[in-house]
Amino acid sequence: MRAGFSSGPWTEKIDVYDFLVRNISPYAGEADFLSGPSKNTAYLWELAKKALKEERDNQGCRAIDPATISTITSHSPGYLDQAREVIVGLQTDEPLKRSIKPFGGVNVVRNALKERGLELPANVTEIFQYATSHNDAVFAAYDAEVRAFRSKHILTGLPDNYARGRIIGDYRRLALYGTARLIAEKKADFAKLDADSMSDHLIRLREEVSQQISALKEIEKMAAAYGCDISLPAQNAREAVQWVYFGYLAAVKEQDGAAMSLGNVSSFLDIFIERDLRNGTLTEAQAQEIIDQFVMKLRLVRHLRPAAYDEIFGGDPTWVTESIGGQLHDGRTKVTKTSFRFLQTLYNLGASPEPNLTVLWSQNLPDGFKKFCAQVSIDTSSVQYENDDLMRRVRGTDDYGIACCVSHQAIGKAIQHFGARANLPKALLLALNAGREEIDGTQVQGLTAGPLQFDAVMENFKKSLRELARVYAKAMFIIHSMHDKYYYEKAQMALLDTDPHIDIAYGAAGISIIADSLSAIKYAKVTPVRNEQGIATGFTIEGDFPKYGNDDDRVDHLAQEIAHCFITELRRHRAYKEAKPTLSLLTITSNVMYGKNTGATPDGRAAGEPFAPGANPMHGRDSHGAIASLNSVAKLNYHDAEDGISNTFSIVPKALGATRGDQIDNLVGMMDGYFANNAHHLNVNVLNRDTLMDAYQNPENYPQLTIRVSGYAVNFTRLSKAHQMEVITRTFHEAM
Amino acid sequence: MTQLRIHSIETLGANDGPGLRMVVFTQGCLMRCVYCHNPDTLDPQGGQLVEIDELVQRALRQKNYFGKNGGVTVSGGEPSLHRVVLAEFFRRLHAHGIHTCLDTNGLFLDDELRALYAETDLVLLDIKHIDDEHHRRLTGVSNATPLAVADFRERSGQPMWLRYVLVPGWSDQPEFLEKWARHFAAFRMVERVEILPYHSLGAHKWRHLGLSYALEGISPPSAAAKQQALDIFSRHLPKVILR
Repeated sequence: MRAGFSSGPWTEKIDVYDFLVRNISPYAGEADFLSGPSKNTAYLWELAKKALKEERDNQGCRAIDPATISTITSHSPGYLDQAREVIVGLQTDEPLKRSIKPFGGVNVVRNALKERGLELPANVTEIFQYATSHNDAVFAAYDAEVRAFRSKHILTGLPDNYARGRIIGDYRRLALYGTARLIAEKKADFAKLDADSMSDHLIRLREEVSQQISALKEIEKMAAAYGCDISLPAQNAREAVQWVYFGYLAAVKEQDGAAMSLGNVSSFLDIFIERDLRNGTLTEAQAQEIIDQFVMKLRLVRHLRPAAYDEIFGGDPTWVTESIGGQLHDGRTKVTKTSFRFLQTLYNLGASPEPNLTVLWSQNLPDGFKKFCAQVSIDTSSVQYENDDLMRRVRGTDDYGIACCVSHQAIGKAIQHFGARANLPKALLLALNAGREEIDGTQVQGLTAGPLQFDAVMENFKKSLRELARVYAKAMFIIHSMHDKYYYEKAQMALLDTDPHIDIAYGAAGISIIADSLSAIKYAKVTPVRNEQGIATGFTIEGDFPKYGNDDDRVDHLAQEIAHCFITELRRHRAYKEAKPTLSLLTITSNVMYGKNTGATPDGRAAGEPFAPGANPMHGRDSHGAIASLNSVAKLNYHDAEDGISNTFSIVPKALGATRGDQIDNLVGMMDGYFANNAHHLNVNVLNRDTLMDAYQNPENYPQLTIRVSGYAVNFTRLSKAHQMEVITRTFHEAM
Repeated sequence: MTQLRIHSIETLGANDGPGLRMVVFTQGCLMRCVYCHNPDTLDPQGGQLVEIDELVQRALRQKNYFGKNGGVTVSGGEPSLHRVVLAEFFRRLHAHGIHTCLDTNGLFLDDELRALYAETDLVLLDIKHIDDEHHRRLTGVSNATPLAVADFRERSGQPMWLRYVLVPGWSDQPEFLEKWARHFAAFRMVERVEILPYHSLGAHKWRHLGLSYALEGISPPSAAAKQQALDIFSRHLPKVILR
C-alpha cells in the first residue's frame, strides 16, 4: 500500500506492531555513525537553556498563564524560533509557560497559583460552582477510614487531586494512520457497542469512544494551527516524528498526571528514517537533527504544581519515559540506529533527566549497543535499565513501554491505573501498637511487655496488611471511577484500542525497613520503649542480625515473603473496571517524606530518618560490596511485583575499572549479571561523591548535572537541600 | 573441612584482574611495605576463618556477573601464606568453570606454591623495586624471590600481570624505572603492566592500629611524575596502564 514499506495486516486494520515487525531494520553495529548537533539545534538549545535559567532563577517556574484552562486547542502555537525548528509545538504560546488544568482539582490549582502570588480568575472559579472536579467527586465518596489512612500518611501520594497519569497513548498511530483513518476506526468500534439489553458498561464505552473521536478532531485542529495536516499518515521521517509529537503534546495539554510517558517510539520512527535515507531524501545529520529537536521539546514539558507536590515528587519530574531497545519474540533485536540517536541527544544537548530514557536490557542485545549504553551511563548518569528478557517472559508482549518510573505497559493494548503507594513500615508499627498510629495514638490495652516475639509480630503484621489492602483497594476503586467520570483522558485513549486491558498499579514503600525490622526481631532481641499510652516510641536492639543487602537469604526471604503477602491481599479485592492488581516496590523521591512521617522502626532506624529509595537496602547496611547488594534486590520476585522493583545504584567511576574501556566492559558485565538473576530494574549513577558535594554548595555551576533517583532522573540542583543531602549520604560503591 | 583465614570479601572487584571479580582478601603478610594500604591485613592471627565451601558457594552466587573475563581473585595480605588451602579452593572453582587469579608479592617459591600457580589462570605479581637495596628499604625483604617467581611464571607459559606502586622518593627514580622495564622487556607471558600511584588512603589505618606510618607527609605522585613513569615503562613494555 505504501511505497517503501512491506505491507501486511497493518494496512487493513490498526496494527502498529505488525508494521513494526515487518519493517524494522535491526542494527548490530557501533556508535561511530552518529552526528553532532546541527547549527539550528545548537542555536535553539541555547534559547532553551536561557529559558531554563530564567525558570531556575524564578523559583523553578518561568511563567504561568492563570487565565486559560488548558485543553488540546486552548493555546495558540508557541515556538522557540520558528524558522529554525524542524519539530514544532509547545504546551502554551511560550516555552516553559505553565497552564492551569483544574479538572483534577480546582483547589490544588488555586493553591499553586496563590503560592506564586497569582489568583484563580473569577470565571474559572465560577465554572467550578457548576462543574465537578475529580477531587470534589473523590472526596464526596471517601469514607472516614480512607480519610484516616490518607491523613496519617499510611496511603500517600494518591491521585485524588490531580490527574492520575501513567496511561501511555500509542502516539505512533497518528504517524502511521493519520486522524481520518483513526476516526473512521473509532466510529466502527462505536457501531459494535450494542446489545439486546443495554448495560452500564456499554453506555460508558459509548460515551468514551465519542469523547475519543472529538479528541482526534481537536488534535487535527491543533496540528493545523501549526500548519500541519495530520488527517493523513506521515509522508516522511520529519512528519512521522512531528505527528507522534502532536499526539503526545495533546496529552500533556489536556492532562497533568504525575507521569505522562511516551512509550516506545524510537524504533518505530527509525523505519521512516531508514526509508528516507534509502531514498536519498534525508542525511544522517538531518536524521539526528529531527531527533535532537524532538527530544528538546520533550525536555520542555511542564505542569503547574503546588509546593506540597514537590515533597512527594522532588525535582519537578514529568516522566516522559521512552523505552529503547529490547528484543522481539522472533529473536531479532529492536535496537535500531534511532535507539543510538536518542541516546546521542545526551551528548548533543548535554545530560538531562527528561525524557526518562529507559533501556530495555536483554542478554541478547547487540554488543555495540550494550557498550554505547554503558558509555552513556558513565558519562551522563541519565539512563535507567529494565530487564527485557524477564518482562517479555512474564508479561507476554514484546511491544511495550515503561510508564512512569519502572512500570510495564503493553502499547496500544493496555493501560494502567496509577495506585500511588502504601507505607509498609507504618503498617508494621500499627501491628506493634495494636492498631494505633504511632505518632498520636490513644487508648492502651492488650500490649505485651518485654521483647517482641517474631511469630506474634508476623501474625499481627499480616493482619495489619490485610486491613491496609482492604482500605487501599477501596480508595483506588473510588479514585479511578471518579477520574473516568470527571477527567477522562480522551486524547490518550483515542490512540488505544477501545476497551483495553487495565492493570491497577498498587505500590509499597519501605520494603528494606520491613526486612531489617523483621530480621532484627527474629535474630536479635528487640524491646519496644513504650510511652504512657503504650505506643512504641523507640526500640532497643540487643545483638546483631542479618541485614537486607548482603545476599543473606535469612533476611532476603523476609522481604520476599512480605511482598508476596501484600500482593496476595490486594488481589482479594475487586478493582474498578476489573483491573488486574499489580504491585511496585518503589518510593519515587518521597523516601525522604516517608521517613519524616514515620516513627522509629525496630531495625534501629530513628524516627524521621529517610527510607532507602525504592527496593534499595538501607544506606550503609549493605556492607559486602555492590554485587551482594544487587543479589539481595534481585531475589524479590517479579511475579509479586509486576509493576516494578526499583533499585538505584551509585558507583564511583574508578570502582568500575582502571581504563575507560574496562569501565564500559565491567558495567556491561554488571548489568548482564544482575538481569541474568531475574532482577527487574536498575538506575545507574557513575559519579564521585565530591561532585555532588560541590554541586550542593555551588549549584550555579551545575545546571545540567543529572542523577538517577528512584525510577527517574532529576536535575540534582533542583532537588530540595534535604533531598540533595539524602542522595549524598547514600551508599556509593567504591574501590577498596 | 578446609578453612581459609580471610580479612574480607569485595563482591564487585573491578581493579584486581580482568572483568568483574569477587576478591577475597586473605589475612596475614610477612612483608612490611612502607606504603601498605591494608595494614589491618598484616597480622597472621587476625581476621576470621571461613570454610572453602562457603567461599565457593559465594562465588557461584556471583557467577552470572563474571561474564567472559571475570572470576575470583585472591589478594591479601599475602595469599601465598595459604598456598595449600588456596590450591584446593582454585581447583574447586575450576570445577565450576570459574577463572582464578592470584594477587601476590611473590614472597615464596616452593613445590606447594608451584602447585597453586598451576591452578592459577592469571598471576598479578608485584615487583616493588628492581634494586635489591631499595626493595629491602621499601618492604623489609629482598627482591630475589619475587624476581624468581616472575621467571618461573614466564617459563611455565602461563599469563601474568605485573604491578608497580609508584611512591615519590621511594620508587620513582627514573634510572630504576628504566632498569625495571628493561628487565621484563623480553618476557612473553606479561600481558599487562599496571602502575599504581601511591595514595594516602591507608594512612589512617596505621594510626588506628597504633603503628607509625613511614610515609607521613608524602603526597601522591604528581601528574608529571606519573606520566614520566608511564613513558619509561611504555618504551620497553607492550601494555602499560596507569591507574
